[in-house]
Formats: sequence, structure tokens, C-alpha cells
Amino acid sequence: MSQFPTKEKALGMYLKMYEIRKYEERLYYLFLEGEMPGTLHQSHGEEACAVGMLYDLRKDDWMASTHRPAGHDLAKGVSLRSMMCEMFGKAEGCCGGKGGAMHTGDISVGALTANAIVGGNLPIAAGVGLAFKMQKKDNVVVCFFGDGASNEGSYHETMNAVGMWKLPVIYVCENNLYSANTSISLTCCQENVAADRAAVYGIPSEVVDGNDVVAVNEAAARAIARARAGEGATILELKTYRHGGHARNDACGYRPKDEEAYWMNERDPVRNFRKEILSRGVVTEEELAAMEAGVEQEIEDAVDYAKAAPLPAPEDALLNVYKED
Amino acid sequence: MAVMNVSQALKNAIELEMRRDPRVYCIGEDEDIPNGMGGVFLVTKGLGDEFGANVRVAHQQGFEMKGQNIADDRVINTPISEILLGGVCVGSAMAGMRPVADLQYGDFLFCMMDQLVNQAAKMRYMSNGQLSVPMVMRAPVGAVRRGAQHAQSLESYFTHVPGLKVICPSTAYDAKGMMIQAIRDNNPVLVFEHKLLYGDKREAGNVSAEGDIPEEAYTVPFGKAAIRREGRDVTIVANLLMWYKAMEAAEELEKEGISCEIIDPRSLYPFDYDTVIASIKKTGKLMIVHEDTYTNGWGAQLAAYIAENAIMYLDAPVVRVATPDCPIPFSPVLEEYLIPSVKRITEEARKLAKL
Repeated sequence: MSQFPTKEKALGMYLKMYEIRKYEERLYYLFLEGEMPGTLHQSHGEEACAVGMLYDLRKDDWMASTHRPAGHDLAKGVSLRSMMCEMFGKAEGCCGGKGGAMHTGDISVGALTANAIVGGNLPIAAGVGLAFKMQKKDNVVVCFFGDGASNEGSYHETMNAVGMWKLPVIYVCENNLYSANTSISLTCCQENVAADRAAVYGIPSEVVDGNDVVAVNEAAARAIARARAGEGATILELKTYRHGGHARNDACGYRPKDEEAYWMNERDPVRNFRKEILSRGVVTEEELAAMEAGVEQEIEDAVDYAKAAPLPAPEDALLNVYKED
Repeated sequence: MAVMNVSQALKNAIELEMRRDPRVYCIGEDEDIPNGMGGVFLVTKGLGDEFGANVRVAHQQGFEMKGQNIADDRVINTPISEILLGGVCVGSAMAGMRPVADLQYGDFLFCMMDQLVNQAAKMRYMSNGQLSVPMVMRAPVGAVRRGAQHAQSLESYFTHVPGLKVICPSTAYDAKGMMIQAIRDNNPVLVFEHKLLYGDKREAGNVSAEGDIPEEAYTVPFGKAAIRREGRDVTIVANLLMWYKAMEAAEELEKEGISCEIIDPRSLYPFDYDTVIASIKKTGKLMIVHEDTYTNGWGAQLAAYIAENAIMYLDAPVVRVATPDCPIPFSPVLEEYLIPSVKRITEEARKLAKL
């Protein structure tokens, strides 16, 4: 059963979730205003997955994300400013403008360049885990993927080997019920797409309420402890929901309205955790509102900074294709 | 010095690097199986004895398992899972290891295309230089009477992927020096090895590529072609098995007073255009021979480059001798019809010389 975290940790997790929520909302408006190039795959609604999983990870542990990486990156510690600069294609972006919305990351805080090929990061995370194991480090890797990725060949090839090799990887399925626009119930027989299939590969799994940051964080702690102790991988399936569309300009006409209402109102991870910390007296509403305003101000500052930041020199497009010795 | 065939030279390169650098490890399907394979062409056979491998050793009665905690193994036998193999190389390379992977047949590279093309080749770029992927992927190529799915010469596909390096060593000396260079390179390197050059005499059509080579480590840089034969009249650029065939053709033509210069590019990306241009300045004639199929084989790129940059040195059109745009059949008579032969190279070079 849930053991409520310390006040400091509860507040820290809440504010990180709030930051992700506000970051995604702000980006959405920047897109609508036509100020930002490219496309967006947003993670609002899934904040508890990112924060619960990554809050206790060490900086030198690694994280492998997907085409929907903003929440993961912010929770792993990639700076708001470098994320925002990347979104505007600026030189100070975390990838110098070469990555964009689907490839953010900063390896100095353990965030691998996010991977926009569905399932592409699964065997890569296994390779990172193998490296940590061969190097006799106690580091772990957290690898996020969506429900859709569990139908990729890479998932099955990877889980088969990871189960056998006992690699220090925590595979985290954010099951938001839709693979882009297609309901997961249309594409595989299992209700728990990742967890139900974990057993055949000899990997322990848990199905967790992905909108409950405390539950996610506790499951993460168990999985991280197993991995650090050399006991191998865990598959966590976090049940969650995308508040936005698959990508921009997706009005989600394929989702039932009552389903959306349920997840976005009753099950909103940010709003619910806010209520909880207030009811537990972690902080007063006034104190929390001030902190939230501070987070929003940081986001605004990042937007202002990114808008004013210099663009890369066009010819820098040719840099970093190869590593010169 | 020691006499080694290509297979032995490759193994020697890998074992020397594994001794020198603890980050280097081998991984693949049937990588080193006691009383079984060590790679299909036995390059990695026995490496597990020195460096540890995850293996099952059969005895008179029963068996024993070894190396199941692969933390201590530097030779890893994988499931037949090419996506896994490619991805594990990419991930472990980014995290500080130097994988040397083995694919049973180059044709299976297509099963891991995402990991090679979207992942290995692009990680450094997308991360703007934060990450690097120092991995080696070895792939046997060439038609050897096994039918269409174990036969392709697929080097050219990968020359079209910025971020990858593509080499095709064809002598024992180059095999060792270029393999060591590949392992020390900080980028993903695809190594294409020809099945008929390894030195397995049981393989029909095997050509000796052995040499008396240094026992210590040395490197052969990428992007430097080798002039295998000097000549005056026709420049022939040919890789892997094809330059050996071109040598036979050249000997034949020499008797007729036609002198061929034969260039083995050795690495296809980067490519040493300068050596080719220096040669055609002398000969005025360029012929390209590859076992890869005709359309958009690497010869097409070379011909286009010469057309753009050095056409004024040519006295005749470029001639390409390649496998026709056709899958490779099994029956030896059909296979031999398609693969560029000494006879065909001789005839085409003779015609070109007379233009």
C-alpha cells in the first residue's frame, strides 16, 4: 500500500508535474500562434509517469525516451531553457537545433537523445544496460515506450534477451490506450499489452495506475532496486491517458467523449495530486499558488529567452555527422 | 611476420584489440560455440576461450552452462534477433563500449536496417555531438552457391547513409589493419568481407588472399585506395573478389600488349577519388567492376564523380561491369552467368582499350 512520501518529496514531485503540464500547454499555444516550427507530440496527462519514474533516479543513470519526450526530459533534469531553445530551432537548444521536438535530450543529465522510431529505443536501452553491467557499474536505465511499441518486433527481440541476460533496465510502458489514432484494443489481445506479455520472457512486471505519481514512484523504487542489485529488468505498465492528440492538429475524434471526460477530469494526475498534498497539509493553498506562479514565470522566462536566442549558423547543418578523431 | 589468411587476420585484429582495450567486445549469432561455429566463417572461433563467452558445453553425458552472467563475458552469443543485435551495439557503444558484431550473412543486415540507418548513423547528428557510436558491424557478402538470400553484395546501400563508414578489405594485410582501424574509429563502421576470400578451401571458388603480415597491431587508414597493379592503358577500379578477377584479366591482356592499372578502393565511404583521378590522367580509360548489381551500385557514384570532376581526362566513356539487375540464383551455371567473370572483364577491357 501507498506510503505517502515526505513533504519535501511530495512537493518536489508535484511542482515537476506542474512544470511539465504548463510547459506542454505553453507550447501548444505557441504552436497555435504560429511562432514555433515543426510538429509536437505532447505529454500532458502523462506527467505522473515521467515524474514518478524519474524522480529518484541518479543523474548518472540513463533514460531513453520516445517521440513524446518533453515530460521525461524535464523530469530527468534537462533544462527548461535548452528544451525551449530546441523547440524554436535555436543554437542553444539541447541538440543545437538538430533534434527538434522528437529528439530532445541531454546526456550530461543522463537523458539520451529521444527516439522517434516506435520501439527503436528498446534494444538500445538493452545495450546501455549491457554496457553498465560489463563496466561493473550499478547504474540503471529507464526506457519509456508506448502501448503501440509493444507490437513492434523490437519489443519481442529485446525482451527475450533482456530476460535471459538480466540487464539493469526498467522498461516502462505508458499505456495511453491509443497507438497514434488506433485503439490498442484493436491491435492486440492482451489488456495489459506489455505486462501480460512480460511473463513469457521471464521478466517480472507490474500494472500500475500511471496517473498516481506515488504509486508510480513506489513501483519505480522496487524496479530500480532490483536492477541495481543485479536482479535484472522489470516491465512496468502504467495506465494513463493523453490529454492532447497524437500530434498537433489531432482533434481526437476517434476517442469517446465520456472516456476523455473521465480521464481528463476524474483522473487528471496533476489536479488530483494537488488536492492530495493540500488535504495532507503539505503546504497551504496560498503557498502552493505562489510556487505555481514561480514555475509559470520560469516557463515564460524560457520562452522569452528562446525567442531572443540566436539561430544556428546555417552551415552548422553539416557539423557532427561523424566524430572526428 | 606470420602467414595468415583473411579469416585469421580478422581474428588476430579483434583479439589484439580486445587485449589492448577492455571496452572492446564481440557479439553475434553463433559467435563462438564450443564444437560448433565461431561466426559462420569462423573468424571469432575460439575467442571465448581467452575472453569468456556465454556457452553451453556438451560432454559425453549431458552438458554444462558457462558465462550466464554476461557481465564477465566479452564474447556474447545472441539469439537470432538482428534488431536486438543492432540495438545492443548502438546502446552499448553510446555508453562507452566498443562492440564488434558479427552477422552470419550480410543479407541479414536488412533485418536491422532501423538500428543501422535511423539509430547508429543518426545519434551523433541528432544529439549535436553529445553522443557517439563507435561500433563495428561485420557482414559477409558475395555469391557462393547458396541462393538469393545468402548472396548479395550490399555495400552500396550503406554508402548512401550519412553517418556510416563502409569498408571492404580484401587482403590479409588490409583485413587486419582496417579491422583495427574500424575498432578504434569513433563512428559506426560496416565491414564487408567476401566469403570467397576468407581462406576456406572447402568453399568452391575460394581465392587465396593470404599474406605474410606483421604479428603486432597496425592500422590501415580509411579512404586510401590500393594500387594492386600498375599499368598504362586502362584503369580498372574493382573491390573485394572482383579485383582478383581483374588481375587475371590484366595478365591475359598484357600478352596482347594492353596494360591495365588495377585499383582496389578498400573503403567505399570515405572513397579515395584522388587515386582514381591520378590513374585516369595516365590511362584516359576507366572501367569499374563490382559484384553488386548494376543500377546504383557504388560504381554509379564513382562514374558520376568522375563525370563531374575529371571527365576531361577521359578518352572514352566509362565502362561498368557489374552483376545485372537480378537476384542471385542457386544453380552454379546460372550464378556464374551473372557474376562478372574474368572473361567478361577481359573482353570489356579489351574493347575499352581499343576505343
